[in-house]
Amino acid sequence: MGKFEYLRANTLKEACSLLSEYKEEAKILAGGQSLLTLLKMNLLSPSYLIDIKFIPELDYMDFDEKQGLKMGALTTHRTVEKSPLLKEKFPVLPETELVVASVQTRNWGTIGGTLVHADPIGDIAPPLIVLDSKVKLTSAGGERTIPIAEFFVDFFMTVIEEDEILSEIQIPTPLAHTGVAYQKFSTVEAGIKITGAASLISLEDGVCRDAKIALSAVAPVPMRALKAEEILRGKPVDDKLIEQAAQMASTEADPVTDMHATDEYRRELAKVLVQRATKMALERAKAT
Amino acid sequence: MELAKKLIKVTVNGEPRELWIRQNITLLDLLRDYLGLTGTKMACISNSCGACTVIVDDMAVKSCSVLAMQVDGKEVLTVEGLAKDSKLHPLQQAFIEHVAFQCGFCTPGKLMSAKALLDENPQPTEEELRRDMEGNLCRCTGYQKYIEAIMDVAQHPDKYGAKEG
Repeated sequence: MGKFEYLRANTLKEACSLLSEYKEEAKILAGGQSLLTLLKMNLLSPSYLIDIKFIPELDYMDFDEKQGLKMGALTTHRTVEKSPLLKEKFPVLPETELVVASVQTRNWGTIGGTLVHADPIGDIAPPLIVLDSKVKLTSAGGERTIPIAEFFVDFFMTVIEEDEILSEIQIPTPLAHTGVAYQKFSTVEAGIKITGAASLISLEDGVCRDAKIALSAVAPVPMRALKAEEILRGKPVDDKLIEQAAQMASTEADPVTDMHATDEYRRELAKVLVQRATKMALERAKAT
Repeated sequence: MELAKKLIKVTVNGEPRELWIRQNITLLDLLRDYLGLTGTKMACISNSCGACTVIVDDMAVKSCSVLAMQVDGKEVLTVEGLAKDSKLHPLQQAFIEHVAFQCGFCTPGKLMSAKALLDENPQPTEEELRRDMEGNLCRCTGYQKYIEAIMDVAQHPDKYGAKEG
């Protein structure tokens, strides 16, 4: 690692003020589970590291039925995995966490850090996208809240400005009779994922009132499959319709070839995983 | 530019320490280079293999991927802290009796992951155990013997002596 000055912030205000002072010379450190690897490879060499991991006001979960969930950006992956509240209200999130990296990484790594790192293979973004989540970005000058689907711009790039910190994730309470599921494929469970898909289905009188599908690792950003969703919306959903939607999602995907898989293989997996996730989401919606 | 060292206070294997350290080192560097605790192994140093696993405040972490400055005020347990009064920890004894290693390089990390796991969930199913040990790779013996060793400790808590000496 190159040399940097380590600055521990004790409040969000202090962190924002340090960041507005040092801007592009500084990097925000939370759990560092991705950042430290980049620092060690000298892909980044900030002069200042502003540590926000121990800011108590950024580590919380607040829930009420009307507003939904508000989760501090420093919530660790492990906390999400173990949370009784999330197991009851948003079970897809603890389920997804079981396949996020390893226990050690989940123990120290934070949800906010993962989102800001914006690796398109990340597992947690697709479920958050189909749940219509928002992220709150805070700076010394104020704050703004944007849909998470608009947060990602390109490989490892987001809309976050150099003086902003992702401070909160907001997840609205889904409609009644909603099911959500995430499916992924990797050669070993804790290993690099090849492709992942999240689906949300809301039913009303047996008809699909809302459908959302998001994929990871098939595009430069976590990708909504908008046309696939359209196929499902407003119709009674059966296996055949799901197959059509999955086929469309696979067409919408824009994967690349790397050492883990070819683009063709990823495209095929996108279809299979959307199919599986949507079937599971449908079953869950029916069961509510 | 030579940056000033910073002071951290950290308890390592029960012993409170005050150390002036470089700001850009990992917990792994701190343990091995500053404290001479070379039981914690350096292998991939990219947050993948788990050989460097230690326990920070009851949580298993990969010490290659935790900035040393972040353990200021925390308690760290390494493989050197497992045995008490020259009596091996039940997990260590079980690893020996099950011959749960070959070259041994991944063993300290596996022991620390297993300890954190059993402390939190003393009676894991084999499925839970396999899932929660995924962050620890082994490149020689495979993935069976140490599962048997850990399950043996979980199922027979007194077989290898009482925990914590």
